[in-house]
Amino acid sequence: MYTQALNTSDGDDRHVEDAARSAQFQARIDADERIEPNDWMPAAYRKTLTRQISQHAHSEIVGMLPEGNWITRAPSLRRKAALLAKVQDECGHGLYLYAAAETLGTSREELVDLMLAGKSRYSSIFNYPTLTWADIGAVGWLVDGAAIMNQIPLCRCSYGPYARAMIRVCKEESFHQRQGFEIMVTLSKGSEEQKAMAQSALDRWWWPVLMMFGPPDKASQHSDTSTKWKIKRFSNDELRQKFVDATVPQAKFLGLTIPDPGMKKNADGNWEYSAIDWEEFNQVLAGNGPCNRDRLAARRKAHDDGAWVREAARAYAEKRENRKAMAKAAE
Amino acid sequence: MATPNTPLWEVFIRSRNGLAHKHVGSLHASDTTLALQAARDIYTRRGEGLSIWVVPSNAITASDPSEKGMVFEPAESKIYRHPTFYDVPDEVGHM
Repeated sequence: MYTQALNTSDGDDRHVEDAARSAQFQARIDADERIEPNDWMPAAYRKTLTRQISQHAHSEIVGMLPEGNWITRAPSLRRKAALLAKVQDECGHGLYLYAAAETLGTSREELVDLMLAGKSRYSSIFNYPTLTWADIGAVGWLVDGAAIMNQIPLCRCSYGPYARAMIRVCKEESFHQRQGFEIMVTLSKGSEEQKAMAQSALDRWWWPVLMMFGPPDKASQHSDTSTKWKIKRFSNDELRQKFVDATVPQAKFLGLTIPDPGMKKNADGNWEYSAIDWEEFNQVLAGNGPCNRDRLAARRKAHDDGAWVREAARAYAEKRENRKAMAKAAE
Repeated sequence: MATPNTPLWEVFIRSRNGLAHKHVGSLHASDTTLALQAARDIYTRRGEGLSIWVVPSNAITASDPSEKGMVFEPAESKIYRHPTFYDVPDEVGHM
Protein backbone atom coordinates (compact mmCIF):
# COMPACT_ATOMS: atom_id res chain seq x y z
CA MET A 1 0.00 0.00 0.00
CA TYR A 2 2.78 2.33 0.64
CA THR A 3 4.65 4.36 -1.91
CA GLN A 4 6.37 7.45 -0.73
CA ALA A 5 9.27 9.55 -1.81
CA LEU A 6 10.17 6.74 -4.10
CA ASN A 7 10.50 9.18 -6.90
CA THR A 8 13.61 10.71 -5.40
CA SER A 9 16.52 10.13 -7.72
CA ASP A 10 19.75 8.63 -6.46
CA GLY A 11 21.93 10.12 -9.12
CA ASP A 12 22.02 10.88 -12.77
CA ASP A 13 20.20 8.15 -14.63
CA ARG A 14 19.54 10.02 -17.82
CA HIS A 15 21.42 7.98 -20.37
CA VAL A 16 21.95 8.94 -23.91
CA GLU A 17 19.38 6.91 -25.78
CA ASP A 18 18.56 6.17 -29.35
CA ALA A 19 16.69 9.39 -30.16
CA ALA A 20 14.31 7.89 -32.70
CA ARG A 21 13.23 5.03 -30.43
CA SER A 22 12.90 7.38 -27.47
CA ALA A 23 10.61 9.63 -29.51
CA GLN A 24 8.52 6.61 -30.55
CA PHE A 25 8.33 5.51 -26.93
CA GLN A 26 7.22 8.97 -25.78
CA ALA A 27 4.58 9.01 -28.51
CA ARG A 28 3.15 5.74 -27.17
CA ILE A 29 3.06 7.19 -23.65
CA ASP A 30 1.38 10.36 -24.92
CA ALA A 31 -1.23 8.23 -26.68
CA ASP A 32 -1.95 6.58 -23.29
CA GLU A 33 -0.74 3.20 -24.44
CA ARG A 34 0.49 0.78 -21.78
CA ILE A 35 4.13 -0.26 -21.89
CA GLU A 36 4.59 -4.03 -21.47
CA PRO A 37 7.66 -5.98 -20.29
CA ASN A 38 9.01 -7.00 -23.69
CA ASP A 39 8.48 -3.60 -25.31
CA TRP A 40 11.44 -1.35 -25.96
CA MET A 41 11.87 1.24 -23.21
CA PRO A 42 14.57 3.79 -22.34
CA ALA A 43 17.09 2.46 -19.81
CA ALA A 44 16.20 5.31 -17.45
CA TYR A 45 12.49 4.35 -17.54
CA ARG A 46 13.41 0.78 -16.64
CA LYS A 47 15.71 1.92 -13.87
CA THR A 48 13.25 4.41 -12.39
CA LEU A 49 10.47 1.83 -12.34
CA THR A 50 12.64 -0.95 -10.95
CA ARG A 51 13.59 1.37 -8.12
CA GLN A 52 10.08 2.62 -7.48
CA ILE A 53 8.28 -0.74 -7.68
CA SER A 54 10.87 -2.63 -5.64
CA GLN A 55 10.88 0.06 -2.95
CA HIS A 56 7.11 -0.07 -2.93
CA ALA A 57 7.34 -3.87 -2.48
CA HIS A 58 9.88 -3.54 0.35
CA SER A 59 7.53 -1.05 2.03
CA GLU A 60 4.68 -3.58 2.00
CA ILE A 61 6.88 -6.23 3.57
CA VAL A 62 8.52 -3.99 6.18
CA GLY A 63 5.07 -2.49 6.83
CA MET A 64 4.00 -5.85 8.26
CA LEU A 65 6.31 -5.31 11.23
CA PRO A 66 4.73 -2.34 13.06
CA GLU A 67 1.25 -3.88 12.73
CA GLY A 68 2.32 -7.46 13.35
CA ASN A 69 3.58 -6.08 16.66
CA TRP A 70 -0.04 -5.91 17.92
CA ILE A 71 -1.60 -9.12 16.54
CA THR A 72 -1.14 -11.10 19.75
CA ARG A 73 -2.34 -8.17 21.87
CA ALA A 74 -5.41 -7.11 19.89
CA PRO A 75 -8.24 -6.29 22.34
CA SER A 76 -10.80 -8.74 20.89
CA LEU A 77 -11.04 -11.70 18.55
CA ARG A 78 -12.78 -9.52 15.95
CA ARG A 79 -9.92 -7.02 15.99
CA LYS A 80 -7.35 -9.77 15.95
CA ALA A 81 -8.84 -11.54 12.94
CA ALA A 82 -9.07 -8.25 11.04
CA LEU A 83 -5.50 -7.22 11.84
CA LEU A 84 -4.17 -10.65 10.90
CA ALA A 85 -6.01 -10.47 7.56
CA LYS A 86 -4.65 -6.98 6.95
CA VAL A 87 -1.07 -8.00 7.64
CA GLN A 88 -1.52 -11.00 5.31
CA ASP A 89 -2.78 -8.61 2.65
CA GLU A 90 0.34 -6.47 3.01
CA CYS A 91 2.44 -9.57 2.40
CA GLY A 92 0.39 -10.37 -0.70
CA HIS A 93 0.79 -6.78 -1.92
CA GLY A 94 4.54 -7.04 -1.50
CA LEU A 95 4.55 -10.21 -3.59
CA TYR A 96 2.41 -8.73 -6.40
CA LEU A 97 4.79 -5.80 -6.52
CA TYR A 98 7.96 -7.89 -6.56
CA ALA A 99 6.45 -9.84 -9.46
CA ALA A 100 5.78 -6.56 -11.31
CA ALA A 101 9.32 -5.30 -10.61
CA GLU A 102 10.83 -8.55 -11.84
CA THR A 103 9.28 -8.11 -15.27
CA LEU A 104 11.82 -5.29 -15.72
CA GLY A 105 14.68 -7.76 -15.54
CA THR A 106 15.93 -7.91 -11.95
CA SER A 107 15.08 -11.03 -9.92
CA ARG A 108 13.15 -10.83 -6.67
CA GLU A 109 16.07 -12.39 -4.84
CA GLU A 110 18.40 -9.62 -6.02
CA LEU A 111 15.86 -6.94 -5.08
CA VAL A 112 15.38 -8.41 -1.60
CA ASP A 113 19.13 -8.74 -1.11
CA LEU A 114 19.53 -5.03 -1.96
CA MET A 115 16.99 -4.12 0.70
CA LEU A 116 18.59 -6.38 3.30
CA ALA A 117 21.97 -4.82 2.50
CA GLY A 118 20.46 -1.39 3.17
CA LYS A 119 20.98 -0.33 -0.46
CA SER A 120 17.31 -0.06 -1.38
CA ARG A 121 14.81 1.97 0.61
CA TYR A 122 11.36 1.38 1.96
CA SER A 123 8.82 3.94 3.11
CA SER A 124 10.16 6.04 5.99
CA ILE A 125 6.82 5.78 7.81
CA PHE A 126 7.63 2.24 8.99
CA ASN A 127 10.58 3.50 10.97
CA TYR A 128 8.14 4.85 13.55
CA PRO A 129 7.01 2.60 16.42
CA THR A 130 3.45 1.45 17.20
CA LEU A 131 3.45 2.18 20.92
CA THR A 132 -0.20 1.54 21.84
CA TRP A 133 -3.25 -0.19 20.36
CA ALA A 134 -4.46 3.23 19.20
CA ASP A 135 -1.47 3.35 16.85
CA ILE A 136 -2.99 0.43 14.94
CA GLY A 137 -6.09 2.57 14.46
CA ALA A 138 -3.99 5.56 13.40
CA VAL A 139 -1.90 3.51 10.99
CA GLY A 140 -5.00 2.13 9.25
CA TRP A 141 -6.77 5.48 9.16
CA LEU A 142 -3.85 7.75 8.27
CA VAL A 143 -1.04 5.65 6.79
CA ASP A 144 -3.36 3.55 4.66
CA GLY A 145 -5.40 6.64 3.86
CA ALA A 146 -2.30 8.42 2.58
CA ALA A 147 -1.21 5.31 0.70
CA ILE A 148 -4.59 5.06 -1.05
CA MET A 149 -4.27 8.71 -2.21
CA ASN A 150 -0.93 7.78 -3.72
CA GLN A 151 -1.94 4.46 -5.18
CA ILE A 152 -5.18 5.24 -6.94
CA PRO A 153 -3.45 7.34 -9.62
CA LEU A 154 -0.84 4.56 -9.97
CA CYS A 155 -3.57 2.27 -11.28
CA ARG A 156 -3.27 4.34 -14.48
CA CYS A 157 0.53 4.29 -14.55
CA SER A 158 2.06 3.77 -18.00
CA TYR A 159 3.77 0.49 -17.08
CA GLY A 160 1.22 -2.33 -17.49
CA PRO A 161 2.38 -4.79 -14.81
CA TYR A 162 2.66 -2.02 -12.18
CA ALA A 163 -0.78 -0.62 -13.02
CA ARG A 164 -2.34 -4.09 -12.85
CA ALA A 165 -0.69 -4.83 -9.49
CA MET A 166 -1.98 -1.50 -8.15
CA ILE A 167 -5.54 -2.25 -9.25
CA ARG A 168 -5.45 -5.45 -7.21
CA VAL A 169 -3.85 -3.70 -4.26
CA CYS A 170 -6.37 -0.83 -4.25
CA LYS A 171 -9.29 -3.26 -4.39
CA GLU A 172 -8.02 -5.07 -1.30
CA GLU A 173 -6.86 -1.94 0.46
CA SER A 174 -10.25 -0.37 0.98
CA PHE A 175 -10.98 -2.44 4.09
CA HIS A 176 -7.66 -1.46 5.68
CA GLN A 177 -8.46 2.19 6.13
CA ARG A 178 -11.98 1.46 7.34
CA GLN A 179 -10.82 -1.02 9.99
CA GLY A 180 -8.34 1.62 11.24
CA PHE A 181 -10.97 4.31 11.38
CA GLU A 182 -13.35 1.99 13.22
CA ILE A 183 -10.70 1.48 15.91
CA MET A 184 -10.33 5.27 16.19
CA VAL A 185 -14.11 5.75 16.47
CA THR A 186 -14.34 3.17 19.24
CA LEU A 187 -11.47 4.68 21.20
CA SER A 188 -12.57 8.27 20.77
CA LYS A 189 -16.05 7.38 22.07
CA GLY A 190 -14.60 5.39 24.94
CA SER A 191 -13.23 6.33 28.36
CA GLU A 192 -11.08 9.41 28.94
CA GLU A 193 -7.98 7.21 28.85
CA GLN A 194 -8.99 5.65 25.55
CA LYS A 195 -9.67 9.06 24.04
CA ALA A 196 -6.29 10.30 25.24
CA MET A 197 -4.67 7.26 23.68
CA ALA A 198 -6.33 8.02 20.32
CA GLN A 199 -5.24 11.67 20.53
CA SER A 200 -1.66 10.69 21.36
CA ALA A 201 -1.55 8.34 18.36
CA LEU A 202 -2.81 11.11 16.07
CA ASP A 203 -0.24 13.51 17.54
CA ARG A 204 2.59 11.13 16.83
CA TRP A 205 1.53 9.96 13.33
CA TRP A 206 0.24 13.17 11.77
CA TRP A 207 3.51 14.75 10.65
CA PRO A 208 5.26 11.53 9.57
CA VAL A 209 2.16 10.72 7.48
CA LEU A 210 2.32 14.11 5.73
CA MET A 211 5.96 13.32 4.94
CA MET A 212 4.90 10.08 3.23
CA PHE A 213 3.96 12.07 0.15
CA GLY A 214 7.62 12.95 -0.34
CA PRO A 215 9.54 16.21 -0.58
CA PRO A 216 7.74 19.41 -1.63
CA ASP A 217 7.38 19.90 -5.39
CA LYS A 218 10.00 22.59 -5.59
CA ALA A 219 12.61 20.23 -4.09
CA SER A 220 11.75 17.11 -6.08
CA GLN A 221 13.58 17.33 -9.39
CA HIS A 222 12.94 13.72 -10.39
CA SER A 223 9.18 14.27 -10.63
CA ASP A 224 9.47 15.88 -14.06
CA THR A 225 10.58 12.74 -15.87
CA SER A 226 8.14 10.57 -13.93
CA THR A 227 5.33 12.90 -14.95
CA LYS A 228 6.46 12.93 -18.57
CA TRP A 229 6.45 9.13 -18.55
CA LYS A 230 3.05 9.03 -16.84
CA ILE A 231 4.38 7.05 -13.91
CA LYS A 232 3.29 9.89 -11.70
CA ARG A 233 0.02 11.68 -12.40
CA PHE A 234 -0.14 14.12 -9.48
CA SER A 235 2.63 16.00 -7.70
CA ASN A 236 3.62 15.29 -4.09
CA ASP A 237 2.06 18.54 -2.88
CA GLU A 238 -1.19 17.97 -4.77
CA LEU A 239 -1.63 14.54 -3.20
CA ARG A 240 -0.67 15.83 0.24
CA GLN A 241 -3.28 18.59 -0.03
CA LYS A 242 -5.95 16.12 -1.11
CA PHE A 243 -5.13 13.95 1.87
CA VAL A 244 -5.25 16.83 4.36
CA ASP A 245 -8.58 18.07 2.98
CA ALA A 246 -10.07 14.59 3.26
CA THR A 247 -8.72 13.96 6.75
CA VAL A 248 -9.59 17.19 8.60
CA PRO A 249 -13.36 16.48 8.69
CA GLN A 250 -12.68 12.87 9.76
CA ALA A 251 -10.60 14.08 12.72
CA LYS A 252 -13.39 16.47 13.59
CA PHE A 253 -15.89 13.63 13.56
CA LEU A 254 -13.67 11.74 15.98
CA GLY A 255 -13.45 14.81 18.23
CA LEU A 256 -9.67 14.68 17.99
CA THR A 257 -7.34 17.62 17.39
CA ILE A 258 -4.83 17.64 14.54
CA PRO A 259 -1.51 18.68 16.07
CA ASP A 260 -1.19 21.79 13.91
CA PRO A 261 -2.66 24.83 15.67
CA GLY A 262 -1.78 27.09 12.72
CA MET A 263 -3.97 25.14 10.32
CA LYS A 264 -6.62 27.18 8.51
CA LYS A 265 -9.02 26.92 5.62
CA ASN A 266 -8.15 29.20 2.71
CA ALA A 267 -10.43 30.90 0.20
CA ASP A 268 -10.34 27.86 -2.13
CA GLY A 269 -11.63 25.63 0.64
CA ASN A 270 -8.27 23.87 1.12
CA TRP A 271 -6.79 23.34 4.55
CA GLU A 272 -3.41 25.06 4.80
CA TYR A 273 -1.01 23.23 7.05
CA SER A 274 2.11 24.55 8.77
CA ALA A 275 5.66 23.94 7.57
CA ILE A 276 6.79 20.32 7.59
CA ASP A 277 10.04 19.47 9.37
CA TRP A 278 11.96 18.07 6.40
CA GLU A 279 15.06 17.66 8.53
CA GLU A 280 13.26 14.90 10.45
CA PHE A 281 12.32 13.25 7.14
CA ASN A 282 15.91 13.38 5.90
CA GLN A 283 17.16 11.94 9.16
CA VAL A 284 14.73 9.01 8.95
CA LEU A 285 15.68 8.37 5.31
CA ALA A 286 19.34 8.47 6.30
CA GLY A 287 18.72 5.61 8.73
CA ASN A 288 18.33 7.61 11.93
CA GLY A 289 14.60 7.19 12.58
CA PRO A 290 13.35 5.60 15.81
CA CYS A 291 13.14 2.06 14.39
CA ASN A 292 15.39 1.85 11.30
CA ARG A 293 17.84 -0.59 12.87
CA ASP A 294 15.12 -2.77 14.38
CA ARG A 295 13.23 -3.04 11.11
CA LEU A 296 16.24 -4.09 9.08
CA ALA A 297 17.41 -6.47 11.79
CA ALA A 298 13.97 -8.10 11.89
CA ARG A 299 13.93 -8.53 8.09
CA ARG A 300 17.45 -9.95 8.06
CA LYS A 301 16.63 -12.38 10.84
CA ALA A 302 13.49 -13.57 9.03
CA HIS A 303 15.49 -14.02 5.83
CA ASP A 304 18.31 -15.91 7.54
CA ASP A 305 15.95 -18.06 9.61
CA GLY A 306 14.12 -19.01 6.42
CA ALA A 307 17.28 -20.04 4.54
CA TRP A 308 16.98 -23.72 5.50
CA VAL A 309 13.36 -23.81 4.32
CA ARG A 310 14.29 -22.45 0.90
CA GLU A 311 17.20 -24.88 0.74
CA ALA A 312 15.07 -27.87 1.74
CA ALA A 313 12.33 -27.00 -0.77
CA ARG A 314 14.93 -26.71 -3.51
CA ALA A 315 16.59 -30.02 -2.56
CA TYR A 316 13.22 -31.78 -2.46
CA ALA A 317 12.25 -30.43 -5.90
CA GLU A 318 15.60 -31.58 -7.29
CA LYS A 319 15.23 -35.04 -5.78
CA ARG A 320 11.79 -35.46 -7.32
CA GLU A 321 13.04 -34.28 -10.70
CA ASN A 322 15.92 -36.78 -10.56
CA ARG A 323 13.59 -39.64 -9.61
CA LYS A 324 11.31 -38.79 -12.49
CA ALA A 325 14.25 -38.72 -14.89
CA MET A 326 15.51 -42.09 -13.57
CA ALA A 327 12.09 -43.71 -13.89
CA LYS A 328 11.87 -42.46 -17.46
CA ALA A 329 15.32 -43.79 -18.28
CA ALA A 330 14.37 -47.24 -16.89
CA GLU A 331 11.28 -47.51 -19.12
CA MET B 1 26.02 -14.73 -0.16
CA ALA B 2 23.49 -13.96 -2.87
CA THR B 3 20.14 -15.72 -2.46
CA PRO B 4 19.69 -18.35 -5.22
CA ASN B 5 16.66 -17.85 -7.47
CA THR B 6 13.48 -19.90 -7.03
CA PRO B 7 11.54 -20.79 -10.23
CA LEU B 8 8.84 -18.41 -11.45
CA TRP B 9 5.25 -19.55 -12.17
CA GLU B 10 2.29 -17.89 -13.86
CA VAL B 11 -1.03 -18.24 -12.06
CA PHE B 12 -4.44 -18.65 -13.73
CA ILE B 13 -7.73 -18.71 -11.85
CA ARG B 14 -11.23 -19.70 -12.90
CA SER B 15 -13.76 -17.54 -11.12
CA ARG B 16 -17.08 -18.66 -9.70
CA ASN B 17 -19.06 -17.36 -12.63
CA GLY B 18 -17.84 -20.16 -14.88
CA LEU B 19 -15.63 -18.09 -17.17
CA ALA B 20 -12.31 -19.43 -18.45
CA HIS B 21 -9.15 -19.45 -16.33
CA LYS B 22 -7.67 -16.00 -16.34
CA HIS B 23 -4.09 -14.89 -15.75
CA VAL B 24 -3.86 -13.16 -12.37
CA GLY B 25 -0.13 -12.83 -11.74
CA SER B 26 3.00 -14.76 -10.96
CA LEU B 27 4.84 -16.19 -7.98
CA HIS B 28 7.99 -18.07 -6.98
CA ALA B 29 7.99 -21.66 -5.74
CA SER B 30 10.39 -24.57 -5.90
CA ASP B 31 7.85 -27.12 -7.22
CA THR B 32 4.25 -27.61 -8.41
CA THR B 33 2.85 -28.48 -4.97
CA LEU B 34 4.26 -25.37 -3.34
CA ALA B 35 3.30 -23.26 -6.36
CA LEU B 36 -0.35 -24.31 -6.04
CA GLN B 37 -0.34 -23.70 -2.31
CA ALA B 38 1.26 -20.26 -2.69
CA ALA B 39 -1.20 -19.40 -5.47
CA ARG B 40 -4.09 -20.18 -3.14
CA ASP B 41 -2.60 -17.98 -0.40
CA ILE B 42 -1.60 -15.07 -2.62
CA TYR B 43 -4.36 -14.91 -5.20
CA THR B 44 -7.52 -16.32 -3.61
CA ARG B 45 -7.83 -14.62 -0.22
CA ARG B 46 -11.31 -13.33 -1.03
CA GLY B 47 -13.03 -16.19 -2.81
CA GLU B 48 -11.66 -15.20 -6.22
CA GLY B 49 -11.99 -18.63 -7.75
CA LEU B 50 -12.72 -22.33 -7.79
CA SER B 51 -9.80 -23.63 -9.82
CA ILE B 52 -6.12 -22.73 -10.08
CA TRP B 53 -3.58 -23.49 -12.80
CA VAL B 54 0.12 -22.85 -12.29
CA VAL B 55 2.44 -22.91 -15.29
CA PRO B 56 6.22 -22.53 -15.27
CA SER B 57 6.82 -19.04 -16.73
CA ASN B 58 9.52 -20.34 -19.04
CA ALA B 59 7.01 -22.73 -20.63
CA ILE B 60 5.09 -19.81 -22.14
CA THR B 61 5.79 -18.82 -25.72
CA ALA B 62 4.71 -15.26 -26.44
CA SER B 63 4.14 -13.31 -29.64
CA ASP B 64 6.77 -10.72 -30.39
CA PRO B 65 5.58 -7.20 -29.40
CA SER B 66 7.65 -5.62 -32.18
CA GLU B 67 5.64 -7.61 -34.74
CA LYS B 68 2.23 -6.80 -33.35
CA GLY B 69 1.36 -4.53 -36.28
CA MET B 70 1.89 -7.31 -38.77
CA VAL B 71 0.39 -10.05 -36.59
CA PHE B 72 -2.87 -8.32 -35.81
CA GLU B 73 -3.42 -6.27 -38.97
CA PRO B 74 -5.52 -8.94 -40.76
CA ALA B 75 -8.15 -8.71 -38.02
CA GLU B 76 -8.32 -4.93 -38.18
CA SER B 77 -8.97 -4.66 -41.89
CA LYS B 78 -11.91 -7.10 -41.95
CA ILE B 79 -14.79 -5.07 -40.66
CA TYR B 80 -17.23 -7.45 -42.38
CA ARG B 81 -16.48 -9.90 -39.57
CA HIS B 82 -18.54 -7.73 -37.23
CA PRO B 83 -22.35 -7.72 -37.10
CA THR B 84 -22.47 -3.92 -37.33
CA PHE B 85 -21.17 -4.18 -40.91
CA TYR B 86 -24.55 -5.45 -42.11
CA ASP B 87 -27.69 -3.39 -42.62
CA VAL B 88 -30.96 -4.76 -41.31
CA PRO B 89 -34.08 -2.70 -42.19
CA ASP B 90 -35.62 -0.97 -39.15
CA GLU B 91 -38.98 -2.72 -39.71
CA VAL B 92 -37.34 -6.07 -39.02
CA GLY B 93 -36.48 -4.99 -35.48
CA HIS B 94 -33.90 -6.66 -33.31
CA MET B 95 -31.87 -9.42 -34.90
